[in-house]
Amino acid sequence: MSTNLRIALRFLTARKRSMLMSLSGIVFGVGFFIVTQAQTSGFEEFFVKTILGTNGAIRIEDKIQATMFPMIATGAHFESKFEVAAAREARKYVEGVEEPDVMMDALRRFRNVSGVSIVVEGSVVADSSFKNDTAKVYGIRLDDHLAVSDLAAQVSRGSGSLENFRTTPQGVLMGQELANRLQLVVGDSLILRAGTEQRRYRLAGIYASGVRDIDRVRIFMHLGEARSLLKKTTGASFIQVALFDRNRAPQDAEQMEQVLKHGAQSWQEREVSWLEAFHALQISAALTVSTIILISGLGMFNTLAMIVIEKTKEIAILRSMGYTRQDIARIFIWLGTIVLVLGTMGGWALGASVTYGVSKYPIHLRGIFSADNFQVHWSIWHYVVGTLSAAVVVMTAAIIPARRAARLEPGDIIRGTSQ
Amino acid sequence: MPLPSSDSSGLPPPASRLSPPAGGSADIALRCENLHRYLGQGEGRVHVLRGVSFEARRGNVTAIVGPSGCGKSTTLYLLGLLDQPDDGSIWIRDQLMSNSSDLDRTAARGEHIGFVFQFHFLMQEFSALDNVMMPMRKLGQLTEEEMAARAASLLSDVGLGDKTHRLATQLSGGEQQRVAIARALANQPAIILADEPTGNLDAKNSGIVFDLLTRLAKENGQAVVLVTHNPDIANRCDEIKPMRDGQFVT
Repeated sequence: MSTNLRIALRFLTARKRSMLMSLSGIVFGVGFFIVTQAQTSGFEEFFVKTILGTNGAIRIEDKIQATMFPMIATGAHFESKFEVAAAREARKYVEGVEEPDVMMDALRRFRNVSGVSIVVEGSVVADSSFKNDTAKVYGIRLDDHLAVSDLAAQVSRGSGSLENFRTTPQGVLMGQELANRLQLVVGDSLILRAGTEQRRYRLAGIYASGVRDIDRVRIFMHLGEARSLLKKTTGASFIQVALFDRNRAPQDAEQMEQVLKHGAQSWQEREVSWLEAFHALQISAALTVSTIILISGLGMFNTLAMIVIEKTKEIAILRSMGYTRQDIARIFIWLGTIVLVLGTMGGWALGASVTYGVSKYPIHLRGIFSADNFQVHWSIWHYVVGTLSAAVVVMTAAIIPARRAARLEPGDIIRGTSQ
Repeated sequence: MPLPSSDSSGLPPPASRLSPPAGGSADIALRCENLHRYLGQGEGRVHVLRGVSFEARRGNVTAIVGPSGCGKSTTLYLLGLLDQPDDGSIWIRDQLMSNSSDLDRTAARGEHIGFVFQFHFLMQEFSALDNVMMPMRKLGQLTEEEMAARAASLLSDVGLGDKTHRLATQLSGGEQQRVAIARALANQPAIILADEPTGNLDAKNSGIVFDLLTRLAKENGQAVVLVTHNPDIANRCDEIKPMRDGQFVT
C-alpha cells in the first residue's frame, strides 16, 4: 500500500461523521440513479416490446409511384439532365400493396428480416346479441402473423386458443376490450358487417395485448375470409415485418423503400412521440437524482476543506520529512477516491437490490401496455453512468482542497502565519 | 540528490555563491552566509534576519539563543529549507540549496535533515512506530521489514521500546517528544534541527530529551542545531550562538 494511501485512510477517520454523510450521499445518489434509470428504461423497453409484438418492426404500405422522371436532352455537342426523381412532389402514394406475395418473397431476402405477414384490413360493424360496435378486421395467415407478433402470448393472456382459431374457418380473435363491450365470451357467435356484406362468425379466442387502442377495435380473422368479407380479392393493406435486430429498423426501412418502391415505416418513426416522451422522462429522472450526488459532492468538498484546515500541522510535518506538494495533493485525491469507490460500490448494491425489489412490486397498468408489476431493465450502462456522474462530482470536490493543501508552505504553518 | 540547477534569472551570481564554502571539509554538514529574511507585507514588513552566517559541524551541538522575536526560529526554518531567504546562501553538505527548486529542497529535507519541533507534531492517527517509519517510507531505501526494525530500534533507543504500537494520543508529552526525536533520526540525516525541543516539557523530561538528542546525534556524527530559551540546555551544548535583532552577536 502506498504511503499516501495509508495516510489518506487514517485522515478519513478524522471527520467520521461528515465523511459518513458524504459517503451516504454518494451511495444514495448512485443507487437511486440506477433505480430510476432501470425503471424508466424498463418501461420503455416493455413499451417497445409491446409495439413490436402488435404492429411489428416495419410496416410496408402504400405503393410509391413516380409522377416525374429524369429528363435528358441530347444534342450534337452537349447533354443536359434534370434530376427531379428525389423531389417530394415527384411521388404519389397508391394505397395498399398490389402484389403482396411477390413483395413477401422480396422482403424475405433482406438479411435482417425474420418474419413477414400480409394483412388485409377493413372497417366493420360487429353485432352481438347485446349491442353493436365499430371494429377493424385484420385478415391474416395465422402462422405468418405469429412470426411477426406476440399474438400467441396475447391470446394466452386472454381466453380461448389459437388452435381453436386455426381449425375454425369462421373463427375470429377479438381484443379483450371489444369482447367486454359486446359482452362476448369464447364460443359465442357474432355478425360482422362490411358495406352490404354481412356474415356470422364464432369467437375462437380473446387476446389481450394491453394496448387499449388495439384491444378495443382489432378483430383477427383468416385472410381468405377477410378478403371475402371486405371484398378485397387481391392485394394487401400492408405487410408487417419482424426483424432480428430491431435497432436497424430505420436503415432497413429506408432500404426497403428504395428497393421495393413502397412506403416503409420503422417502429422508431411510427412511435416517435412515445419514444421521445420516454427519453425525456429518463433524462429528467437522471437530472433529478444527480442533484443528490451534487449535494453530496458539496458536502464532500466541505469535509475535505475542513480536513485541510485541521491537518495543516500534519501537512507541514510531512513536508518537513520530504513529502512533496504532489504527495500532499495525492493524499487528498486518495481521500476523494476512497469515498468514491466505497460510495459507488454501496450505490451499486443499493441500486441492484432496490431495482430487484421494485421489479417484484405488483401494479396493474393497462393503456399503452399491459403490466402487472414494475418493469425494470438491467443494464451495465446505468451503473457506468451513475459511477461517472459520482466520479466527476467527487473528484472535482477533492481536487480543490487537494490543491489548497499542496500550496501550503510548511514554514508558514510552523511559524503560525499560514493563510 | 542531484545538484540544483543554476539560477535562471540571468543575473550574475551573488559573490557568496561564487566563493566555495569556507572550510568545505567533509565535517561541515550545514553552512549559511549572509542570510536576509523579511516577513510581513507593506508597512508591516519586518527585516527579521540581517545577514546571518553560520556553520554546523558533524557531531557538534549548537544552541541558538536569544530573546523572543530575534529571528532564531526563522533562521532554523531557513536552514531546514522550510522557508526561502530573501538573500544569502545555504549549503547542505556542500550543495547550494538556498535558491533551488521546491522539489530539490523537499528531497534534501527528506534525505539530509531531521526536525524536532516544540509541539512534537506527531501524526495523531498513527502509532509511534508508524510515525517513525513515515520519513523512511518517503525515502524508500528500505523494505517494509527493515523500516519496521529500524523504527523499533530507534524507539528502543529513546526508551519507548514497549510503546511502539501506541497511538500518538496515548503517549505523554515527553514520550511524544522522544518519538519525534526517533523520527528525526530515522533517515540518518546529516543535520538535526530542533526548535525548542524541550520548551513544552518539565525539567526532568527536558533533561532526558536533550541527553537523548545529543547522545544519539554524536554517536551518529550528526550536526545538531537547536533553538532554546533554556540556559541550562544551552550551556550543555558544544557551542552557543546568541542572537539579537536578526544577527548573531558575540
